[in-house]
Amino acid sequence: MSILVDSNTRLVVQGITGREGEFHSRAMLEYGTRIVAGVTPGKGGQRALDGAVPVYDTVAQAVGEQGADTSVIYVPAAGAPDAIMEAASAGIATIFCITEGIPALEMVRALEVVRETGARLIGPNCPGATSPGKAKVGIIPGSVHRPGTVGVVSRSGTLTYEAVQAMTDAGIGQSTCVGIGGDPIIGTSFTDVLRLFRDDPETTAIVLIGEIGGAAEEEAAAFAGEHLREMPMAAFIAGRTAPEGKRMGHAGAIISGGAGTAAGKVAALEAAGIAVAESPTEIPTLLRAAGVGG
Amino acid sequence: MKIQEADAKRLLVAQGLPVPPWEVARTPEEVRAAADRSFAAGAEQVVVKAQVLVGGRGKAGGVKLAANADEAERIGREILGMEIKGITVRKVLVAAAADIVREFYLAAVLDRAARKVLLMGSAEGGVEIEQVAAERPEAIVRVHAHPIAGLLDWQARQMAFALGLAGHLKEAVGIAKGLVAAMIANDADLVEINPLAIVREKHASEGVIERLVCLDAKVSLDDSALARHAGLEDLRDLDEEDPTDRAARAEGISFIKLDGTIGCMVNGAGLAMTTMDLVKRAGGEPANFLDIGGGARADKVAAAMRLILEDPNVEAILVNIFGGITRGDEVAHGLIEARAMQSREVPMVVRIVGTNAEEAGRLLREARFETAASLDDAARKAVAAARSAQGVRA
Repeated sequence: MSILVDSNTRLVVQGITGREGEFHSRAMLEYGTRIVAGVTPGKGGQRALDGAVPVYDTVAQAVGEQGADTSVIYVPAAGAPDAIMEAASAGIATIFCITEGIPALEMVRALEVVRETGARLIGPNCPGATSPGKAKVGIIPGSVHRPGTVGVVSRSGTLTYEAVQAMTDAGIGQSTCVGIGGDPIIGTSFTDVLRLFRDDPETTAIVLIGEIGGAAEEEAAAFAGEHLREMPMAAFIAGRTAPEGKRMGHAGAIISGGAGTAAGKVAALEAAGIAVAESPTEIPTLLRAAGVGG
Repeated sequence: MKIQEADAKRLLVAQGLPVPPWEVARTPEEVRAAADRSFAAGAEQVVVKAQVLVGGRGKAGGVKLAANADEAERIGREILGMEIKGITVRKVLVAAAADIVREFYLAAVLDRAARKVLLMGSAEGGVEIEQVAAERPEAIVRVHAHPIAGLLDWQARQMAFALGLAGHLKEAVGIAKGLVAAMIANDADLVEINPLAIVREKHASEGVIERLVCLDAKVSLDDSALARHAGLEDLRDLDEEDPTDRAARAEGISFIKLDGTIGCMVNGAGLAMTTMDLVKRAGGEPANFLDIGGGARADKVAAAMRLILEDPNVEAILVNIFGGITRGDEVAHGLIEARAMQSREVPMVVRIVGTNAEEAGRLLREARFETAASLDDAARKAVAAARSAQGVRA
């Protein structure tokens, strides 16, 4: 098994005819992801990706005619909250929003609609998720992965690739790698993903990659300390040298009023019994020390 | 984006919040004229407040009272041009000094964990709220606005009663709702009134009355939403923005200048922070945070290189690209182009992995760039290069 995405995933790509949507859809298809439909309002009836995928005007049609159960959104920021709400209302169970630059208060409203439908939103401003050898949804390069049993959850994009590549190079494979997004308001938290990994029989260890800002890592550490004592874990926190009061790229990455520091997060994780790497390349060593095999 | 107090007050007034009148002055003469008008309107004292986007204005001597126009002008001369935390004061706010009976704190913020707008109030206004939060968290009242309906009347009443504002209930409810409305209308991530105050005012017709008013205002706007609101971008205070920051923003590059000697160019915020951390770990100090963003092309790479080289402290440059959407060969072309145009000779260590990394490696080798295989290795090489650059100069 794995979490969120696998070989049974029936994916609809919202914004499949756009530049980003098309580029990444090709990569997902090549990886083996089952893309059953695309949605671009006004282009229903066409076929995308050299005729391989039918395009619909609405997500409801993609669900009704192709049985789509998962969606990935490459729609520009102005339309992305609506795309999220459309997917949730059409009965999509898992929605990945890759789009960055969505205003936070737009997300507050959209998330309320998602909550009402019972759907799960990952992101926005996230790289998606990959279950190696089964399916990849989003923009994570497929080449960094290797099938295995370590679950990876992260707030960033390229830093995740870096850490996963280091694991793969060391012969440590992954069950699922999930990027939850760097924005202040996101649909799925570290703790939500830890809960999914805990309940996944195939995941035998977990890597958490966090960064400065907010309190999500501390919250995840508290959860792990209580519920994941038996699970080998390793972590990395970016931003040890970041100055206070400066927003480090991600809208969520800012130390304010002495809260959200790397030191505080490292301390919280260590208190929960989780070893914290000083470089992403040290993650494999920490995993081995925690008892993780090939 | 932080905006000045006077602009923040205008956004509050637009939502119907009670803010006593104020004027903005840029010269001591303007301060005097504004003070004259305030005294003519019945003020007994005026307050002159430095308009800067950093906290601690009062402690730095940037907020002072004047009893007459002469004194106001003198204070204006003192405050205008003064430096507060490295920022030169270019304008001041002039208003009648309030006769404060009681002070409160009220703010709307984004609550990440609850994923909602949080209204926070405290009967201990006028002081640092972080201090209250740390020492007496129970003194802060918290109410979450409904994600779609906004702050409801009963929630505003709940806040008012909890703050002991029963005697000013209608005003307090209007202010609480208006505060949240101002946050939503402008896509702000923070709207803070500190202090919200009961003030005593003398009116010719009504005699002495007490009313609830917003004496200060602090607003921070969501950068992602600026383009959707006409006029908000104009509130950016270019006087306080570093020219390099402005250039970076124009190029769509996320850049923060730091004090070290190793310039960093990275794709992705998390990886950019990690690169800085590893430079530090290797014994160096990063000169900047720089994220060129996803899918950057050659021209953006060249622009990023110019930004880094503008900093005279930079003695080595570390380029770390993990290609996903970003293509390694595009970055390599950009680096080769940038080096040909670069204003001064600075050693560079380049690491490119991921999409089209092989082609990038070939281009870089042909152009005789120093490359590195791992991120740790790249950080060590960059630190060594900066040291030898220092050695050459010494």
